[in-house]
Amino acid sequence: MQPLVEMKNISIAFGGVQAVDDVSITLYPGEVVGLLGHNGAGKSTLIKILSGAYKMDSGEIWINGEPARIQSPRDARDYNIETIYQTLALADNLDAASNLFLGRELVTSLGFVDEDRMEAETRKIMARLNPNFQKLNEPVSALSGGQRQSVAIARAVYFNAKILIMDEPTAALGVHETAMVADLIQELKKQGLGIFLISHDTREMMELCDRVAVMKNGQMIGTERVEDVTEDDILSMIILGKNPKAAA
Amino acid sequence: MSTDTTDTTQTAPAPRKRSIFETLELDTRLLGMIGAFILVALIFNTLTDGRFLTPRNIFNLTIQTVSVAIMATGMVFVIVSRHIDLSVGAVLAACSALMAMTQVRFLPGTVGLEIGHWAIPWITIAVGIALGALIGAFNGWLIGYHGIPAFIVTLGGFLIWRNVGWYQTGGQTIGPLDQTFMMFGGINGTLGGTISWVICAIAVIFTIFAIFNARRTKLSHGFIVKPLWAEVTLAAISTGAIVGFVAILASYKVPDRVVARDPGRFGCEVAEGCAPVYGLPISVLLLIAIAAIMTVIARKTRFGRYIFATGGNPDAAELSGINTRLLTVKIFALMGVLCAIAAVVASSRLANHSNDLGTLDELRVIAAAVIGGTALSGGVGTIYGAILGALIMQSLQSGMAMVGVDAPLQNIVVGMVLVAAVFIDIQYRKRLGS
Ligand SMILES: Nc1ncnc2c1ncn2[C@@H]1O[C@H](COP(=O)(O)OP(=O)(O)O)[C@@H](O)[C@H]1O
Ligand SMILES: [Mg+2]
Repeated sequence: MQPLVEMKNISIAFGGVQAVDDVSITLYPGEVVGLLGHNGAGKSTLIKILSGAYKMDSGEIWINGEPARIQSPRDARDYNIETIYQTLALADNLDAASNLFLGRELVTSLGFVDEDRMEAETRKIMARLNPNFQKLNEPVSALSGGQRQSVAIARAVYFNAKILIMDEPTAALGVHETAMVADLIQELKKQGLGIFLISHDTREMMELCDRVAVMKNGQMIGTERVEDVTEDDILSMIILGKNPKAAA
Repeated sequence: MSTDTTDTTQTAPAPRKRSIFETLELDTRLLGMIGAFILVALIFNTLTDGRFLTPRNIFNLTIQTVSVAIMATGMVFVIVSRHIDLSVGAVLAACSALMAMTQVRFLPGTVGLEIGHWAIPWITIAVGIALGALIGAFNGWLIGYHGIPAFIVTLGGFLIWRNVGWYQTGGQTIGPLDQTFMMFGGINGTLGGTISWVICAIAVIFTIFAIFNARRTKLSHGFIVKPLWAEVTLAAISTGAIVGFVAILASYKVPDRVVARDPGRFGCEVAEGCAPVYGLPISVLLLIAIAAIMTVIARKTRFGRYIFATGGNPDAAELSGINTRLLTVKIFALMGVLCAIAAVVASSRLANHSNDLGTLDELRVIAAAVIGGTALSGGVGTIYGAILGALIMQSLQSGMAMVGVDAPLQNIVVGMVLVAAVFIDIQYRKRLGS
């Protein structure tokens, strides 16, 4: 099968820090690939290169078997790449609908922003993602952490992504909401999306992902199918920075 | 962030009794500012034995406010996007100098249009606006694309542009300005009683239509709307305000000696029995039009929304694919255009250009925006707030001058009001938890 995304030999440094060092990773349609590693391992930086937030120093990105040029978040959107950032990237002073459609506002035939239609659409998608969500007309700064996260998730899901990047999407969510995100991931996977998922919860990752990749100090330690490894194998990869299977 | 307080209200959704303001969905901040303005007006009216709230003084107050208020609407966008513009007074002077030279020297002299030619004022205004846009865009380019802080770029501009104006005119006062051009200045351009009332009627019909049209659209989307009596009350208050404002300006009679000088100007054959009123000044209509356009830009266009999004979280805006650098150029170019329009109003009010036109306006404009609730931390601000802020500042200054307060004390009071306004605003926001 044709890979959806191939990131080949990606490197990027910030000042003296080699945040991502010659990392390669692939993603197939309908697949969930988990990225694991300590804080500072380079996971967020790697996916920010794919989402156009950072420009890599060297390496190549291929999408659907063709070389892709991703220089800005706008380019990434053109490839149907949607991202839920670890920081959520919400404008706190705006309401949920304004955030959901930020940069892609619905407009009337006269070219004015159609607030009512945006609110109606936001109601629809929030009803699906988080039925408890009420505060549509308040700035998102007035929302709880979980509600803010739902807004960020809604924004990524609404625009028919083909490639979805989720950087710690459940960090601020309660048990119930986390389960809903897990269901959502399963549903999107069935629709054929490819998903990069970052999380610190190794057990959750073993359940949700098809493959997991472990990073340490900017380097890729290894990528394994979840059936082939135990949770302990993964933990030792994260801590020791060595792939026990490769060594064997 | 104080998510705790908001969460508790959410887990207890017992139908709380809503206050009347909430039902009307009136902005409490707006009410606060209107209240402050009324208070200031009443205090000065008492101190001046009723001279403050005469049609004549209210007329003067409004036309004195226009130039600063026009620039303050642009300053809202600048400050909302986390920048500042210290050069607006200087840019106003430079635009005014160029426009004065264009209408008094260049078009009649070099081009050879006869004095009073219909095209002179319009070419002049176009030239002024072009200069304002150019200066603003240049500032925005230095700030957005080269990362020089707005404070520095416009501090430089503050020193540069007024003096560029000085070199254009050789430091001379230039005048008299074109007759049509001076219509934008206030007392020289008023609409008289009849037209003022026609405009009043149109404004009332439009306001009522807008309120009920918004309600209909909301209903068609199945949103919850406020009760009908609330909409009717709102429409009644708005109508009352509009009619009251026009009634005051339309009761300001033109003094007999002015009529005697040129009865034809007021549509009379002879001065006898001719009792014209000034009515709405064109400059005030201009301000209202600009306020409406700027409000639509802020709320209903992508450009306006991106300004607020960028001010709220620049990184989020960038990650959403917004070109924040180009946005900065546009914001400052718009500010420059508004400086040029303010220059038209300010110079024509005085009937000539002098090099100190608009001195200290940068401080008045920033103060107006800030008193009007624009937060220097970015992301928050309203156009109507800035205009009210300008009106409050001007009322304080004129009022104190009428009462005979010493000039140094006037400045001390204005300074204290500025700090107090921001203090109250911060407390208010804390209480709201946003
Ligand atoms: N914008 C940046 N500027 C400087 N250093 C950065 C930047 N972004 C990330 N880094 C550095 O890159 C390394 C990897 O960070 P990150 O990708 O956020 O790790 P992770 O998401 O795995 O916790 C860290 O050392 C971090 O300090
Ligand atoms: Mg991270």
